[in-house]
Formats: sequence, structure tokens, C-alpha cells
Amino acid sequence: MTAFMTPVEYAGYTMSAGDLIPLLPLLAVTASSIWVMMAIGVKRNYPFALGSTVAGLLIAGLLAMNLLSSPAPDSMPLLTMDAYAQFFTVLICALAIGVSLVGHNYWSEFDDQREEFLLLLLLATLGAVVLAGANHFASLLLGLETLSMSLYGMLAYPVQSERAAHGHALESAVKYLILSAVSTAMILFGVALIYAETGSLSFAGLEELPAGPGIGISVVALLLISAGVAFKLSLFPFHIWTPDVYEGAPAPATAYLATIGKIAVFIVLLRVVVETRTLGIAPVVIVFSLLALLSIIAGNLLALLQDNLKRILAYSSIAHMGYLLIAIIAAFYAEGPISVEAVSFYLFAYVIMTLGAFGVVSLLSSDARERDSISDYQGMFWRRPWLAAAFTAMLLSLAGIPLTAGFIGKFYLVLAGVESGLWLLLAALVVGSGIGLYYYLRIVYRMLLPEPADAPELREGSAAFSVVFVLFVLLVLFGVYPASLMSLIQGIAL
Amino acid sequence: MILILLIALLFVGGLLAWFSERINPVWPRWVALAVLTLELLLMLGLLGAAPEDGWLAAYNHAWLPRFGIALHFAADGFALLLLLLTAFLGIVAVGSAWSEINYRSGFFYFNLLWTLAGVVGVFTALDLFLFFFFWEVMLIPMYFIIAIWGHENKFYAAKKFFIFTQVSGLIMLVSIVALAWFHYLQFGFFSFAYQDLLNVGMNRNMEMWVMLGFFIGFATKLPSVPFHNWLPDAHSQAPSAGSIILAGVLLKTGAYGLVRFAVPLFPTAAAEFAPVAMTLAAVSILYCAKVAFAQADFKRLIAYTSVSHMGFVTLGVYAWNELALQGAVMTMLAHGLSSAALFMLAGALQHRIHTRNMLEMGGFWGRAPRMSAVALFFSIAALGMPGLGNFVGEFLALLGAFQANQVLTIVSAFGLIFASVYSLWVIQKVFHGKYSDDAFDGGNLLDLDNREMVYYAAMMAGLVWMGVYPQSFLDLSAPALQSLLEGQAGNAVIGALRP
Repeated sequence: MTAFMTPVEYAGYTMSAGDLIPLLPLLAVTASSIWVMMAIGVKRNYPFALGSTVAGLLIAGLLAMNLLSSPAPDSMPLLTMDAYAQFFTVLICALAIGVSLVGHNYWSEFDDQREEFLLLLLLATLGAVVLAGANHFASLLLGLETLSMSLYGMLAYPVQSERAAHGHALESAVKYLILSAVSTAMILFGVALIYAETGSLSFAGLEELPAGPGIGISVVALLLISAGVAFKLSLFPFHIWTPDVYEGAPAPATAYLATIGKIAVFIVLLRVVVETRTLGIAPVVIVFSLLALLSIIAGNLLALLQDNLKRILAYSSIAHMGYLLIAIIAAFYAEGPISVEAVSFYLFAYVIMTLGAFGVVSLLSSDARERDSISDYQGMFWRRPWLAAAFTAMLLSLAGIPLTAGFIGKFYLVLAGVESGLWLLLAALVVGSGIGLYYYLRIVYRMLLPEPADAPELREGSAAFSVVFVLFVLLVLFGVYPASLMSLIQGIAL
Repeated sequence: MILILLIALLFVGGLLAWFSERINPVWPRWVALAVLTLELLLMLGLLGAAPEDGWLAAYNHAWLPRFGIALHFAADGFALLLLLLTAFLGIVAVGSAWSEINYRSGFFYFNLLWTLAGVVGVFTALDLFLFFFFWEVMLIPMYFIIAIWGHENKFYAAKKFFIFTQVSGLIMLVSIVALAWFHYLQFGFFSFAYQDLLNVGMNRNMEMWVMLGFFIGFATKLPSVPFHNWLPDAHSQAPSAGSIILAGVLLKTGAYGLVRFAVPLFPTAAAEFAPVAMTLAAVSILYCAKVAFAQADFKRLIAYTSVSHMGFVTLGVYAWNELALQGAVMTMLAHGLSSAALFMLAGALQHRIHTRNMLEMGGFWGRAPRMSAVALFFSIAALGMPGLGNFVGEFLALLGAFQANQVLTIVSAFGLIFASVYSLWVIQKVFHGKYSDDAFDGGNLLDLDNREMVYYAAMMAGLVWMGVYPQSFLDLSAPALQSLLEGQAGNAVIGALRP
């Protein structure tokens, strides 16, 4: 990243000091990760490290929010920090703050060092912010790897702990490490083929891919990249790692992986699809449609028989990625801004409800005991009414029921699908949502049952609770009055 | 403005009822009763309003300008009749739950009022997005009512109810969005407003598909064969207040949707589809009457008769002439009262003797004469005895349908005979015959008390009024129905002019 600090010349592009302004959020995240690292080196002080993390992310988020309304800067060779990128930077920073607060609760009795988790979180966030602005395969891979490398550490974080929950954290991290590395290798191979064809590594170069003779190489290259991306997004049939990793990892790390880890990849995918229309090569669209269809059906069906909340949410995330892909496919077909808006809104709603759901799990869990069996939630409606109400709202939002942001998101997806005439995928959406209701309602019903006589003591946590509560308010606010968010999203459309 | 007030009152009242439980567990039911009484009075106040553009009351305010979605509420005479039914049956439901619901009563009345808020929204929304919004809002509280306070198999029933209505609702959402998209393509701007969408033209095939999406959504709620599967479970497992709302009000939202949206928005496709819909109606009437006769569970039996009676509504709607529509509206109102009363009665019986199995009952007349007389009254109302509301409704529906399709109308008319068979069979089985208390907890078989009698008397009065002087209801709904019929005629002309 030091390359951005001093004026440099790259590919005929001279960087000036003014170009640094759009990069300020990125620099703020970088600075705060260095600051936290040094602070830990000088003296371990968890509250200070947490405060620095939150403050750094807050500053980055506010800077990005300010830049949102400023005129779009020229794109640089590696990054385009336009309104689209700034919007998602705000979202990513806000989510990272949420995860660190939720984690504060989870790690509160941890018998090992807690500070490095924050450091890893900041580094992962740095990778995600880079992805939000990436317009070049080099920055794509840099961002992706920064994000993934930090995630390995987060997933395996309690590995040295004596009392760690069930000792699956290492297994979870290794699984993610291997599969993530394989998928990165596939992306790299695809990128190499593209470079061989076009001689360029920027996304814009994709447009020069041969579509007539020599299409074979283009198709192979794009399919390799698609497979790699499908791994990261856990689309069927590349989803096998998801439930195990979700289940084994500590809840805050799962929350991070499920929210920022997913949307960062989606942000790039959407940019590539919209800005370079080359992915419209017929075989690629068919593959994407199949991925969406199978993810929706398989994700929902596999979630039916699970008793572990984190596994249910893992399978449901597979289905949700499938829903989102409908809007991506719609972007292949239709020129209008609706599909971009649909993806943006749905991502927004999706991270609120997913972080909310994992926030509840993290609040009740600790490193010693993960509350991830649905029987742990029996009778919660009567024991912790507010928390249960928030959790119910998150689940109903995942199911796409009105009064929640998830419903508006689903409406957007249907609109994008109708616009492009994707009737088969819309049918899958309807069927998948129907199946999905079954397992979401199962959890809700568990909470409604009378509480068991030997109910274990539930943990309290004000930091995590305030995060869940804020998300609950946002969920309902954007479910009932989404007009402000809609116009914001309309403004950032690519 | 008054329509916003009606909806907000229910939402706020629900929250009040929930929180008042902390002060005293008896308060929620009083809060609910007060809110619903106020609601009924406000609605009665609308009766005298002078119509403006055909609407007795209207409210329009931008909501989501990006897609031309507005908070557009309006009520005409047709909607107002259903609103009155909603508030009235809401009070009846509170009365039925009065002593039956003791567990978490605050949350119960919260759900009851929120369900009704959704229903009021559905009956008044004139923006299709808003309509769908309320269409779904009423499901969750109803799910809670069945899942928490229901009987032995409640989770299965609640889930089935929710999944059926939600999936059919999503299909309808796809149709609504498709309709709005075609409007965008033709007129260049997004709108979900009813009046705008009436002008959308589509090719024949597409119109049929989009119409079918609406039909599935409404026919599931109505319900009509083959989408009726959820209803017997939901009705038999719900607490009696839940059954009253389900049968009396929720089913009517499906019928309302058919009259307001499914036919007028797609005049050509609906006309083409009418024979199929009327066949489904005839099958619903006869098949479900037959199935009802085979039930031993009191509430299941009434549930199947509901499907049968709602068949007359479908028949009337798809005949699409004024007589038939009037008949459909009268049937909706009369069936609302009679089925609510029967479910309340079944609930009262279950509350007393802890069974719904009619094979264990018999000879109750001697022990509970008031209850038996009430049951007899509502049974003969349901079977269509002249002089009571149901007769007027079904007769008009058949009369109107005869002009549209004679064969199906003649076949459907046999439903009236079947209705007599099962209704009288219930009376004979439960209230006549030999009394035995070995099979059930007979010691608790107390007669209806005065408080309960007030509710039944009010419903009886309503049915007699509808039966003896239906004109007062017909006058109210006639202008609304006529404009719906004319709107369709106007559209047909527009359709013909389109290239």
C-alpha cells in the first residue's frame, strides 16, 4: 500500500496528492491497523485496542460517507473510489464496528490474548475496502488475499485456548484455508488466461476478450474465475465448506465471514458484470443461472434437517447468494440501473439481518460455550422478550416478510428478475422462499415454546445487545420507510 | 385521513394491549375491546359520508417515489361493508377469547389487533404494493395465534397455513411486479396505483399468466379447491378467536381481491378463465360439502363447509354481473357471521368438554338448551334458510351465475341440498340422541352464560336483518360494484383500440 503514499508513475498514470482524497477511508483503515498493532506491541490493553479499532473504523466510515456526495474522481489504475465504492466502504466499516462490539461480548472471559482478533479484523476490513474499489485483477487478488488471510486467523482464533468451545476452530480454519487457496488458484489461472488473450489485467481489458473465433479461451478463463468466485460465495456445488466452517468457528468470526466476507466478493462481481458486459458470453450466463438455481434449491433443502443454528444460517446463506445472483444475471440482460440497485439493496438488507442473527448467537455464546443448537433457544420469547423479538425479526427478514428490510430486498430482486424475464429463476425464488419458511419458522417456534425447566442461564451483554438493537431498528426502518435508502442507492448506481 | 387512523389505531392498540399486561393481566382484553369498539364507531361514522369520485374516504401520500408507490387508501361501499364486518367480528373474537385465553394474554391481543390491522389495510389499499404489504402483514400475527394458543397439532397447522399463504403470496408478488413493469414499458414511469394499472395492456398469453398469479394468491386465501388444503388444519387447530378471524375475515380478503383486482385488472383473461374458475367453484361447493359430511371433528367440519360456501362467492365473482356480485358480497357478509358464530360455538364446546370429536357427543339439548338453540339457528342459517342472510347471498349468486353459465350453476345448486344434510346431521348427532358423559368430561357442560349470549344475539340480529331487509346492504355496495363493472367495460374498449 505504500505505493499510494508517494507520487508514482504507473502505466502512464501520474498520481497527485489530490488523488489521495478519495483514498482517505482506505488510508484510515490502514493507519488504524498499524496503530493498533503498535499499541499492542507497547502495552496490551484490550479496552484501548477496542476503542482504537472502533474509532479508526468510525473515522474511515465517516470519511467515506463525506466522499459519497463529492463528484466521482478519475479512476486510478488499480482502484476506482467512486460513489459505489464509498457506499460499500461505509457499509463495511459499520459492519466491522458491529462485529468488533459483538466480539467484545463473546471474548469477555477468554483465557488467551484478545487484542489480535481486533488487528485481524482491521486487516480483513482493509482487504474488503480494497475489493470495494478494485478495478484491476491485481487489486482484486490483493484485496481478496488480505481478506482471506486475516479470516484464517480469525476463524482459528481460540486455538490456543484451554476452554475453547468444542475445538473445531482449527478444523474450520484449515478447511477454509485449503478451499480458499484452491479457489484463489483457479481465479489466478483464469486471470492468466485473460492476460494471455488481451495483454491487460484491468477489468476494462475484459471487453477485448475474443467473442468470435477463440471464444473457447475466453469461456474457460471466465468459468475458472466464476468457479473461484463461487467458492468464495459458497454457491452450490462449491458450498461444501460453508456449514463446517460456520459451525466450527467462533461466532464473531462466523459473523464476519458471513457478512463482509461474502459481500466484498459480491461487490467486485457486480462491478465486473456491469462495467464490462463481456460476461454476457452465452455459456457463462447459463452457468451462472444454473449456479443460482441450484444454490437456491439445494441451500434451502439442506437447511431443512439441521438442528444447529449456525449450520442453518450457513445453508440459508447459500440460498441467499443464489437469490442475489438472480439480480446479477438480470444485469447481463437488462441495461437499466435496477439490477445494480437490487443487488445493493439486498446486500444491505442481507448484512443487517445476518449480522443481527449472528449477533444474537454471539451475545448468548462465549468462547467456552457456543449457543448454536436450536434447543438452546427454547422459550427465549418469555425469558428475553426484546432479544427474541429482534431475533424473530431477523429471521422473518431472511424469509422476506414485510415490515422488514428483507422484504423490500426481495421485492427488488423480483423486479430485477421480471425486468429481464427470468421466469424460471423467479419460480425457484418462490419455491425456495417457501421451503425457507419452514426452517426459519422452526427456530421462531422454538423460541415460542414454554421454557424448559432446566434452562441454562443466558448470558447478558450490553455492547452486543446494543448492536443487535440498532440492527433491529434499521431492519424495521428500512422495511417500512426505505425511500431514503432507495434514493441513496439510486445515486451510487454504476 | 380517517383510514390511516383506523389502521394506526389497531397497530397502536396492539402495542398498548401487550404492554398493559404488565400492569394487570386482565387489561389487554379491555384494551382490545375498547380499541375495536372505537374502530367500529369510526367506521359507522363513514356510513353517512358523501362519496367523492366514488370513494367514501381516501388518503394519498407518496411512500416510495422511486417506484411510484404511494400510501393510497380508499374505501367505497363494498370495502366499508367488509370493514364493518372486520370490526364487528373482531369484537366477537375478543368476546370468544375473553375467558379462554389466559396464557400470555397481552401478546395474544397484540396479535389479534395486528392481524385485523393487516385486514383493514388490505380492504382499503389502492396501491398494489401497499396491498401486498398488508396482505403479508396479517400472516405473521395469525401464525403466532395458531402456533402459541392452538390445540394439539398447532405447529404443523400454523406452519402449513403460513407456507401456503406465503408462497401463493409470492407468486402474486411476481404478478404485481410484472404488471407494474408492463406499465413502465408502456407509459415510461413506475406506478403501482390501481387506477394506473387498470390501463395496462398486455398480449393475451402474458395477461393470462399474470392473471393466474393473482388468482392463485386469492384462491389460496379464499380458499378454493385445489388450494384449500391448509384450511381444515388451520381452523381446527386455532383457538376459537383465531378461527373466527380466519373464517370470518381472512377468507374474505381473498374474495375481496378477486372482485377488486383479479377480474378488473385483466378483463379479457378473466373472461376467458371464467369457465375454469366457475368449475373450480362448483367442485369446491360439492366436494367440500361431501368431505364435511365425513368429518368427526366439529371444527374441521365447519372448516370444510366454509370452503363449500366460499365456492358460491367464486361462482358469483366470475359470473361478473351485478346480481351475481351482489350475491357474492352478501354471501361474504352472511358467511362471515354464521361461520364465526359456529366456530365460537365449537370453541365454547371444546372449552367445556375438551373434545371436538362429535362421535363422543350426543343429547346435549337437555343439558345446554341455550347452546343448542343457538347452534340450530346458525346451522339453518348456514344451510340457506330463507329469511336469513346466507339465503339471500347464495340465491343472488346462483341467479346471477345462471345468466353466465347454466350447467355449472345447476350443478352448484345441489350444494344447498348437501348443506342441509351435513348441517342437520350435526344438530342430530350433537344435540339430539342419548346423552352420555363417559366419553368426555361431561360435568363441565354448562350452558352459555349471558355475556356469551349477547354476542350470539348480535350475530343473529345481523343475519335476520340481512335476510329480511337485504336492500340496506345492497344499496351500499351497489355503486361500488357498478363502477367495477363499468370500469371493466371501459377497459375492454381501451383494449380493443390498442394495436
